[in-house]
Amino acid sequence: MRVVVAMSGGVDSSVAASLLTQAGHEVIGLSMQLYDQRQSPDAFGSCCSLDDLHDARRVAATLGIPHYIVNFEERFQRHVVRNFVSEYAAGRTPIPCVHCNADLKFATLVERAEALDAAAVGTGHYARVVFDETAGRYRLLRSVDAEKDQTYFLFSLTQAQLARAMFPVGHLRKDEVRAHARDRRLAVADKPDSHEICFVPDGDAGGFVERNVDIETALPEAELVDTSGRVLGSHRGVHRLTVGQRKGLGLAGGVPLYVLSLDAAEARVVVGPREELERRELMASDVNWISGEPPVEPHRITARIRHRHLDAPATVTALSGERVRVVFDHPQVAITPGQAVVFYQGEDVVGGGWIE
Amino acid sequence: MRIYLDYNATSPPAPEVVATVNRVLGSEFGNASSVHAFGQRAKAVLDDARAQVAGLIDADPSEVVLTSGGTEADNLALRGAADALERSGRRKIVTTGIEHEAVLNTVKALERHGWTVRTLSVPETGVLAPEAFAAAVDRDTAIVSVMHANNEVGTIQPIAQLAAIAREHGALFHTDAVQSVGKIPVSVKQLGVDALSLSGHKFGGPKGTGALWIRRGVRLVSTMTGGRQERNRRAGTENVPLLAGLGVAAQLAAAHLDATATRVSVLRDRLEGKILATVSGTAVNGDLNARVPNTTNISFDGLEAESLLIALDLEGVAVSTGSACSSGSLEPSHVLRAMGLPSARARNSLRFSLGPGTTEEEVDFVAGVLPGLVTKLRRLSRTAAALG
Repeated sequence: MRVVVAMSGGVDSSVAASLLTQAGHEVIGLSMQLYDQRQSPDAFGSCCSLDDLHDARRVAATLGIPHYIVNFEERFQRHVVRNFVSEYAAGRTPIPCVHCNADLKFATLVERAEALDAAAVGTGHYARVVFDETAGRYRLLRSVDAEKDQTYFLFSLTQAQLARAMFPVGHLRKDEVRAHARDRRLAVADKPDSHEICFVPDGDAGGFVERNVDIETALPEAELVDTSGRVLGSHRGVHRLTVGQRKGLGLAGGVPLYVLSLDAAEARVVVGPREELERRELMASDVNWISGEPPVEPHRITARIRHRHLDAPATVTALSGERVRVVFDHPQVAITPGQAVVFYQGEDVVGGGWIE
Repeated sequence: MRIYLDYNATSPPAPEVVATVNRVLGSEFGNASSVHAFGQRAKAVLDDARAQVAGLIDADPSEVVLTSGGTEADNLALRGAADALERSGRRKIVTTGIEHEAVLNTVKALERHGWTVRTLSVPETGVLAPEAFAAAVDRDTAIVSVMHANNEVGTIQPIAQLAAIAREHGALFHTDAVQSVGKIPVSVKQLGVDALSLSGHKFGGPKGTGALWIRRGVRLVSTMTGGRQERNRRAGTENVPLLAGLGVAAQLAAAHLDATATRVSVLRDRLEGKILATVSGTAVNGDLNARVPNTTNISFDGLEAESLLIALDLEGVAVSTGSACSSGSLEPSHVLRAMGLPSARARNSLRFSLGPGTTEEEVDFVAGVLPGLVTKLRRLSRTAAALG
């Protein structure tokens, strides 16, 4: 079977390509160039830089598969960067990797695969997809290596996308992935994992937002108020803050204060003590259900409210307009608008949406 | 089956070239600057190559500087002349927007060193208008650099006319002839230029070889400092085996130039004609007449050339979307943009460049698979556009 594999130049996608080659598939490697790499070489982080494209090419040569670099700059701007900037400007804390993985990598790769007569799209995600014969549907499962599980980034995949998805490293632990890479003498076997947001390698999201925001969008100075509305100070802007943040508020003395909520329209930041960060309930929108259909009744699930967070028991109720209400059994700290909430039942990803 | 239609990127070396490189690499290890017999033999090999290169461009061998390629030749010409003309009082460099990056990025570097650079756009024909050129060149112009044939669309610039204009103003005229030498007759005398760059691997020579021809009497400061090789114009021990290969390639190209050009242009026209006839929404970019015989650059409405290139490669057909050197860049072809084509058209254009090894069967195969691939990609790109 002909399979298109998204090769980032990292060890996971390299091993994914290798495993699919070993399984006898005709693999075509594609690397996505997301930025014009000529601008400034230091402006790029550990993902998708020019060096990574070279690494991907070297791996493809080792595996003896064709490899192409495809230009996704426009889509990356449209689906990922613009959203990232406008979300911060609106006082939310976006998670661009979800948009990149689902809207960009999957949607575009499935389309490219079709153009190349490829039946499937492989990636290096730590996740598993299986076909449930009885239900006649695909299931999205957590990876074998619980530490590395990336299903949080994949909650928005549709049945049509899952039907074509292959996640070969989802069945392995990270050390097995590296061992395989060493075995096959892939040049990236010991390359460090990437963590930060690839287009904000210095980690200064606020600075990135300031450099890339539309001219019309103001980033006014915000006032810091307590829960009773008393003004405690001011701050450079809501785009530089996130719910649960304590450092960098410039407030001295007394009880440590945390950001409780951000109101971009009013340029107001409500701060308060840690216990006020706790919430039992959240609303989410643009919800996707892996099965393709929302549950008819309140549903017992565990919910994860950020990538590196243990999911917590909760009840999810589907509302109209692709929204849900999630009520946790126990209060959760720093439920952050703009992040994803993803629902699980055991190994299964049930669905997910965007925290309002 | 693998079909290679990317001769403007590089070309396969002729067996005689391979044999010569191997032979010289094995038997002539002397340093061409050495006094002894080993050195003298190496020097003789080098001078034979120099004479062969000179023969291809109707030049005197003593005016040929052998280099590591076209890029080095361009750099030596522009930086070397700029250095020599530093105190001439003239501050301007005139070039065009369709030059190869070896020229464009070199003049940009000179601009950062205080030179004034005037980059001329060209009309949609891909051929610079002499009037526009004449308006840009003046007594302040120190250096002019206009390519002979363009690498992406193949259009030939009226160099003799332009050089005459530059001469009237006392400006030095350099032409990057990397894409014309070996494809069409090139005579430095008829062109009337002061410096001309060529590259070996574009006409069956080894990569890493090239030459800069410099008219006797033109002052040029070596950009590579070191020994006194190449009449003090290029320091560094000469790559004798590869340059011997360059010489043989130049001799072969000269011997077969007319016959090859005729044969290749028939095949190019056949391919172009079939594509235009069988695929709707296609058009040739650049002038149809003033171009090298091996190149056609065709736009395909409603698809990304990048996807078509990949689809063709999976069918075993090698073509290009433009300069092979611009990997890392996401901009659509700077050449097509400089010709005033909209970026959508620049993004949907594909370059087919044929060579001596191209056959009629190959051309017919390519013309045969294209319509199906284009139809499929157009359908998918419409779906993608509908989905956003």
